Amino acid sequence: MAREVSKGRKAAVTLLAWGVALLIFFPILWTFLTSFKTEGEAINSHPSFLFFDWTLENYETVNQRSDYLAHFWNSVVISLGSTLLGLIIAVPAAWSMAFVPGKRTKDLLMWMLSTKMLPAVGVLVPLYLLARDTGLLDTKTGLVIVLTMVNLPIIVWMLYTYFKEIPGEILEAARMDGATLSSEILYVLTPMAVPGIASTLLLNVILAWNESFWTLNLTAASAAPLTAFIASYSSPEGLFYAKLSAASTMAIAPIMILGWFSQKQLVRGLTFGAVK
Amino acid sequence: MTVTIRALLGASMLVAAAGAASAQTTITVATVNNGDMIRMQRLMPAFNAQHPDIKVNWVTLEENVLRQRVTTDIASKGGQYDVLTIGNYEVPIWAKQGWLMPLENLGADYDPADLLPPVAQGLTVDGKLHAVPFYAESSMLMYRTDLLEKAGLKMPENPDWEFITEAAQKMTDKGVGIYGICLRGKAGWGENMAFLTSMNNSMGGAWFDMEWKPQFNGPEWKKTLDTYLNLMKQYGPPGASSNGFNENLALFQTGKCGMWIDATVAASFISDPKESQVADKVGFAPAPVRKGGSNHGNWLWSWNLAIPATTSKADAAKTFVAWATSPAYMKLVAEKDSIANVPPGTRTSLYKNPEYLKVAPFAQMTLKAIEAANTQKPSDKPVPYTGGQFVAIPEFQAIGTAVGQQFSAALAGTASADQALAAAQALTTREMTRAGYPKK
Repeated sequence: MAREVSKGRKAAVTLLAWGVALLIFFPILWTFLTSFKTEGEAINSHPSFLFFDWTLENYETVNQRSDYLAHFWNSVVISLGSTLLGLIIAVPAAWSMAFVPGKRTKDLLMWMLSTKMLPAVGVLVPLYLLARDTGLLDTKTGLVIVLTMVNLPIIVWMLYTYFKEIPGEILEAARMDGATLSSEILYVLTPMAVPGIASTLLLNVILAWNESFWTLNLTAASAAPLTAFIASYSSPEGLFYAKLSAASTMAIAPIMILGWFSQKQLVRGLTFGAVK
Repeated sequence: MTVTIRALLGASMLVAAAGAASAQTTITVATVNNGDMIRMQRLMPAFNAQHPDIKVNWVTLEENVLRQRVTTDIASKGGQYDVLTIGNYEVPIWAKQGWLMPLENLGADYDPADLLPPVAQGLTVDGKLHAVPFYAESSMLMYRTDLLEKAGLKMPENPDWEFITEAAQKMTDKGVGIYGICLRGKAGWGENMAFLTSMNNSMGGAWFDMEWKPQFNGPEWKKTLDTYLNLMKQYGPPGASSNGFNENLALFQTGKCGMWIDATVAASFISDPKESQVADKVGFAPAPVRKGGSNHGNWLWSWNLAIPATTSKADAAKTFVAWATSPAYMKLVAEKDSIANVPPGTRTSLYKNPEYLKVAPFAQMTLKAIEAANTQKPSDKPVPYTGGQFVAIPEFQAIGTAVGQQFSAALAGTASADQALAAAQALTTREMTRAGYPKK
């Protein structure tokens, strides 16, 4: 019999959940509101929450000053490209680690993760030189490769944990029926792991979309994504909060919408295997 | 039939257009988000009309991101940029590394002699300009004329720190949210340390003696920090240890500050009635001196255009740089926007233009402040370095920021003035020894 939960307690938990959610969401909401204020209103030490003169002038200025679509397109190519390339490499890798683990698989996984422990700036100069010599500076190809490398450990780890939840017997049965390796991965494993793969994909698109160290440091004019678009609106002398907020809102809107529509998959994937 | 002919015609026109486009040289300009630079991007059609063979790509970045980005590129000879926007802090350091192309023969109508001498001097290495300025600032005192009058005081021609303290005390009325003085408190070599280094210059102090020994254990730094902390703790706004230029600008514009000592560019913001609630009540005076002294702190910052020595498009880059900082460009801004929007601080002719003086009441004081700034001899004591509100050595960014954190902590109250000075002395000594000073 399920434990009875009192109404009062239920209400308290709901309230708390809403409170926490609002707290986490508040910076985004504030950015959104600020983007409709005038610069003067944006820095007011007694800011008003909703009752100010709503204006679209910041969006107008931002659209006049920079080419949003070009930055947007670069972001789409870089984040999708690096995620897809990462998946192509990570699915077979995670398969072998999950179903035919060797003596060193655990060490290998740890070693992959350890690359994430080094601060990115530590390898900035070597990578910059490599990119320069291969002609990949300020190209989308270069960024796709670098972001694939950067996010690969996370993709492999996520897929590995999802694959671990799938009983190996099913794959064995497929093999008994004469499935080849590729058809085993493609027709048996992948369909069963779709929620996991989908959430890995979504999470990585978000990570790549927001990645700002490499995307700023390896680009100049032609491959600059939305992170560079935002970075151009901060200023040490002069007011910029409202325009920066407008640029940020425009930069995060696509990914927020994507997240909104796919939240079901995202939640399902993230809790996949959590409850047996 | 006609369709085919049209298609052929169209195709040949496309080919012709592509041919014309390939004769173009594309240069990439890295720059900061600065009002004058944003205006220049808007005025690019004028440049394109004069030079259809040069296409300019802009990369605008936040100052710190830009500094990191451009430094990586130039140090590794990445060649991503053909024109760089850099400060007068970087110019002498980079020029000595051989990273910048000397800029000579910028055209018959360029008139390099018209550049303000203190600004041009900061960009000259081995007798040659290595960058050209499009914007320059010094520091000055901005104050509320109504509050000063109410306090029964009159601004002297050269206010000293004693007068500032007295005025700050009399102007402060915390009950109605008016603070006598607003100063930078946020840690950083270009934040609170720009102000404090300059203030220490005016107190007769220096960062280093001729043997490159840090001077934080001397009486001048003690006097500087004590005066600063006393002013800010008694008459400053709450939470001042996180205030930078923009925060103080907002406070002043909304009538919360009696006085503010900062970059001269602030004058145009606080006297703009569209942005500022106190636009008709502001006065300007030189940055304070010590009693009987004449050193105003020697604050001088300029944003400049430079060409990396590695560029393969030097000619196009030079054409652009000359255009962007020429007298003709200033005329263009005056025609297209307004004379009040001409980039300040770079050319003598601007300050002789009666039309400009009419719309910019702060122009004379700005000019006076820039002309008074001597970056070649910032301190009253003999020093082995140049630079005004900074020390022009590569190590200064790191050391300045670390010292700035100590002083910001002292302002926040988590350390005493003596502790902050001792920590500053220790860390600066350590870093300078590690970097191998004194160098020959």
